[in-house]
Amino acid sequence: MVKEVERAGIPVVHMATVVPISLTIGANRIIPGVGIPYPLGDPTLGEVKSKKIRRSMVERALTALQTEVDGQTVFE
Amino acid sequence: MRKLRVVHYINNFFAGIGGEEKADIPPEVREGVVGPGLALNKALGNEAEIVATVICGDSYFGQKTDSAKETMLEMIKSHKPDIFVAGPAFNAGRYGFACGEMAMYVEKELEIPVVSAMYRENPGVDMYKRDLHIIETEISAADMRNAVPRMANLVLKLAKGEEVGSPAEEGYHERGIRVNYFHEKRGSERGVDLLVKKMNGQECVTEYPMPVFDRVDPNPAVKDISKVKVAIVTSGGIVPQGNPDRIESSSATKYGIYDINGMDRLSADDFMTIHGGYDRAFVTEDPNLVVPLDVMREMESEGVIGELANYFVTTTGTGTSVGNAKGFGEDFAQKLVADGVGAVILTST
Repeated sequence: MVKEVERAGIPVVHMATVVPISLTIGANRIIPGVGIPYPLGDPTLGEVKSKKIRRSMVERALTALQTEVDGQTVFE
Repeated sequence: MRKLRVVHYINNFFAGIGGEEKADIPPEVREGVVGPGLALNKALGNEAEIVATVICGDSYFGQKTDSAKETMLEMIKSHKPDIFVAGPAFNAGRYGFACGEMAMYVEKELEIPVVSAMYRENPGVDMYKRDLHIIETEISAADMRNAVPRMANLVLKLAKGEEVGSPAEEGYHERGIRVNYFHEKRGSERGVDLLVKKMNGQECVTEYPMPVFDRVDPNPAVKDISKVKVAIVTSGGIVPQGNPDRIESSSATKYGIYDINGMDRLSADDFMTIHGGYDRAFVTEDPNLVVPLDVMREMESEGVIGELANYFVTTTGTGTSVGNAKGFGEDFAQKLVADGVGAVILTST
């Protein structure tokens, strides 16, 4: 799905926990997720901290969208 | 032991009746062999013989499928066959469809072994390979002399209840059936052997061919995201409570587009996850862990992003075929473009 969005001309960032899968299928801008059952946050740390993590991850995702890349890039 | 009785199915062209102008001929049956049946009969040797050949125009079959099938089943039945062979159809799509349909029907109704043969791009292969043994042929009838002996060989094995080898051994299209067996060497040993071969520059054949994923060049970066409409897409299986569109928990055949207008966050009252590939406990309590509406809505009101799309797109990632996922993507990407979406955040578990 990531590639079809890219193919349609829309910059896309893949926020995915299993980065090797994201790389294999060919996503270009990748943000590693936290955990498989919770990619965007960490509920084990409580709601407040989890949401803070989520916010900072999405901010990183927006940075990735605004960064030129010439190939697949993981934004740690 | 008596010779096994074979009925052979071919089309208007291979029957020598005519080309496209005769593709509309209705079913007929003739005693003995017709056309490539001669070669097939030879390949069957002493153990079997073609007692009759049923013929149908490819277009007739395509347009009047049910009646053609019924008519031909009666014709085939009356010859009391032990074996049914359809084709080879090579790359002819209508013929491949007819061969596949007839073979399935005969196998079901008469409970006899059936075999066909097609080139890998014949649509009949994708349609029937899981249910039928279809010998792999080259693209044209020039491959007849290779296809026919393999068809004969395989169908005789099926008829005699002999063990059928792998697709590579017998020459049929992979059926997607996984067969467990014990190898004398452990996987770890075989893995090391393969690695040593690779390091020595020797031929090393993978035990499991990996699918090939194409690549798409990255789009130029967004200049200023505070001026852009952003949309959320997910493979994490977030759907409205009750899963109104019945998206599957695995191997999804559909995706959904759901409204988030006026919502500050995804509430656990309104949304759930149906994804079968991860522990759902956390996301059930807080769907924002997969579709980050809460933080994105904040960012929208702060002006960090220009605008958030009114909806999110969702499906289940686990087990979903690449083909389906590609199809969904092609589909909803058009809507995103039409809606002026300038960037997408796609989340996966």
